[in-house]
Amino acid sequence: MMKPQEFTESRHNFEECTKCTVCTAYCPVLQVNPLYPGPKQAGPDGERLRLKDPYFFNYALKYCLNCKRCEVACPSEVNVADLIQSARIRYDKSPTKLRDRILASTDLMGTLARPVAPIVNGVTSLGITKTAMDAFLKIDRQRTFPTYSMQSFEHWLHRRRKEQAAFPEQVAYFHGCYVNYNYPQLGKDLVKVLNALGVGVQLLEKEKCCGIALITNGLSAQATRQARHNVAALGKAVDAGLKVVTTSSTCTLTLRDEYPGVLQVDNSAVRDSILMATRFIFEKLEKGATLRFRPDFHKKIAYHTPCHLEKLGWGIFSERLLRMIPGVEFVMLDSACCGIAGTYGFKKENYQASQEIGAALFDQIKAVNPDLVACDCETCKWQIEMSTGYPVANPISILAEALE
Amino acid sequence: MNPNEFDVIIIGGGITGAGTQRDCAMRGLRTLLIERSDIATGATGRNHGLLHSGARYAVNDPESAAECIRENMTLRRIASHCIDECDGLFITLPEDDLGYQQTFVSACQQAGINAEIIDPDLARRLEPSVNPTLIGAVKVPDCSVDPFRLCAANMLDAKLRGGQVRLHTEVTGFIREGNTLKGVHTVQRQSGETADYYAPLIVNAGGIWGQHIAELAGVRIGMFPAKGSLLIFAHRVNNRVINRCRKPANADILVPGDTVCVIGTTSTRIPFEECDNVAVTPDEVTMLITEGAKLAPSLLSTRILRAYAGVRPLVSADDDPSGRNISRGIVCLDHEERDGLKGLITITGGKLTSYRLMAEIATDAVCRKLGVEKACETAVTPLPGSEERSYEEVAQRIWESPTTAQKAAASRMGTRASRIRSGDRHDEALICECEEVSVGEINAAIDRLDVSTLTDLRRRTRVGMGPCQGEFCACRAAGLLAKAHGCIEKERNDIAQFMQERWKGNFPIGWGDTLREAEYTQWVYKHVLGL
Repeated sequence: MMKPQEFTESRHNFEECTKCTVCTAYCPVLQVNPLYPGPKQAGPDGERLRLKDPYFFNYALKYCLNCKRCEVACPSEVNVADLIQSARIRYDKSPTKLRDRILASTDLMGTLARPVAPIVNGVTSLGITKTAMDAFLKIDRQRTFPTYSMQSFEHWLHRRRKEQAAFPEQVAYFHGCYVNYNYPQLGKDLVKVLNALGVGVQLLEKEKCCGIALITNGLSAQATRQARHNVAALGKAVDAGLKVVTTSSTCTLTLRDEYPGVLQVDNSAVRDSILMATRFIFEKLEKGATLRFRPDFHKKIAYHTPCHLEKLGWGIFSERLLRMIPGVEFVMLDSACCGIAGTYGFKKENYQASQEIGAALFDQIKAVNPDLVACDCETCKWQIEMSTGYPVANPISILAEALE
Repeated sequence: MNPNEFDVIIIGGGITGAGTQRDCAMRGLRTLLIERSDIATGATGRNHGLLHSGARYAVNDPESAAECIRENMTLRRIASHCIDECDGLFITLPEDDLGYQQTFVSACQQAGINAEIIDPDLARRLEPSVNPTLIGAVKVPDCSVDPFRLCAANMLDAKLRGGQVRLHTEVTGFIREGNTLKGVHTVQRQSGETADYYAPLIVNAGGIWGQHIAELAGVRIGMFPAKGSLLIFAHRVNNRVINRCRKPANADILVPGDTVCVIGTTSTRIPFEECDNVAVTPDEVTMLITEGAKLAPSLLSTRILRAYAGVRPLVSADDDPSGRNISRGIVCLDHEERDGLKGLITITGGKLTSYRLMAEIATDAVCRKLGVEKACETAVTPLPGSEERSYEEVAQRIWESPTTAQKAAASRMGTRASRIRSGDRHDEALICECEEVSVGEINAAIDRLDVSTLTDLRRRTRVGMGPCQGEFCACRAAGLLAKAHGCIEKERNDIAQFMQERWKGNFPIGWGDTLREAEYTQWVYKHVLGL
């Protein structure tokens, strides 16, 4: 006869919650928005009720900013945020607003804006545009919009494919929408650093937006289609023996963890090959590769670990790389959410919560008074720059600047 | 008039006693219900919570089957807030005889049960948790029922009609004149106060303990206690009742109940003396999981919340004290006719599903004796809370945009949810996070539903019934009880007893996540709260 005690682990991840409530203490939203039920209620507790009757779904789950701090805090390895996002996908039947579609369609917006970038950038920074977007779309007027670039990163790298192919070692780069449309310089910086290590950079065979903004804005069907496309594209690179590096912590988390955890898209063949570029570089340096830094590089750098990088557990690589630069005075900022959470903070209804969540971080940055804030996430960058006035750079860009 | 005088005294606060009190009160009688513990502490609260369609009895006991389907349809109307009209499946597995399905379906149809053979593929779609290897499936109108809620609603209705209830009060003896019972001696078990109550008629609705009550009156009823053990899983694995389509056997019914599901049961004859202290054995746990997994394989990897056991009040038919002729049907004994003892009626046997009919039979007998001519109306009058069938509409009407806790309250209380005070942040604060029970809902229960301990509160509100098993809610609820009763010292003991009782249910299945949780709970209560 079988021994029931052999079956000690529930396959239903939410049942591993022991109700210790530490996630609730770590949730940045709960501290500023009393309408949000908190991760424990919204996640494992709510799941039991939703299984009884979908009627018990609570629309306040939309206040979750998907920072995953609850999952980092959980001692029982419950995927609290995945439960919340999955519940929203499954039970929230309200139609997606035009505004949310616009905010979520990073690929489409980038494609449309790029050829006329200077005009778009000019228009979106106008007070009148902001007022109109605030009134009609409920995108908060106090936000600064990311600017678009005339030339996409894909185009830039494509023109250099032969020169890149000449390097003895190769990696593929999942650049993401931000690098492609808004800030190709970060991609160029990565190419510079990797080339200095003797590594050539390739594009994936047509990458699409990782889909995180679609997931959080209720457009999961499209997110799932893009996830399948990306897993196939990543698969080709991995089959060719390449690692895939990234410079955005959120894209990385989405490709590795949201695909299987929230969208149920199997990425097991590629997951372990997707790395933040900082980790890839750190590992190469550990194995004996070297980088030569400028002797005249002197900067006080305050490092903010993005929530999603904390979830990945890889903030340590960015920290170690920055500390490796001889002229850097490194300050580790306290672990905190900046409050932007991708498109979340752009929404008028979330603006205030977003700024309150980030307040402690902004205060600390001002107190440290660095030359530069370092951070691996583009939306944290927008938030911190807007809220503190300090410039924010990706650690990869800092490395590139410090190279001899 | 003496306040201790009634038309009828009902002994036993299970569903039979509560139903009988309601029926008597509806016929205009002055009623008193006496229960030595709390409502639904015997077999009423220790079963599957299955509102039988009758299908399980169709082949072997067509009479019970027909009775079940009639009552099932009646209770859907009058007790909607206690019932989940979830339907059930009778599945045939490869090792079962598919030929039995036809016998089963024709027996169901003969009994008036709408049993419909469905394609196994459809069964897998309707109930994704079902054993996918099934080779046959029959859909039947089984439901799930919350026995605590049903019992409390019957008692509340009796009270709203002038009935009185004494819980935690034990009958210690009968007041007797010659061959006539005139009343009862009682003792309140918490305070030790004694009191005598008088009535020309006493109904013994003590379930298995009815044998002891009869002995106090000097008459004999042959009960044959049979222990049944069950396991509660921490969430709803299935949304339909799953039965095996074969001769009834152990652990072949899986019932979804509120936020959990329950597998059972076993059947072991036990001596009467053990009725007050039944425990679930490791062998029973193993058997329940092994057999249960044949209904829904994912039970093997689902967290188990508790194990519990109840005692079926099986009774030998009237003149057969040997027990050879055990009936599961309703037994109503008029002790005047049977034993020459005036003033006592025993109502026993039966099932949770047929409680209303049992109450009707008992009340008919009471009215005959008292010369009251009023027809039974319990089959057509909704219980308090069940005036509207959809809890979604109820919640919508009361709150416009209800919170999850308010939605949950409407699903538990039906229309009576309108009595919950809300609007203030304190009233809306959660006491029980697992089941979403608010301060307002707890206070509504304390106000109206005769709550003296945390365990009483649990039966009426589901506080402490979720995965945390009292870890957080018990101390919060204790605070409200202490405030309501004005006694902190008493509440300190109460909380210890409550947690002990929760642990008793955890113990037989104390491994994995349940054990982690229990250890954490112990840490909280011992080291943080210093209890």
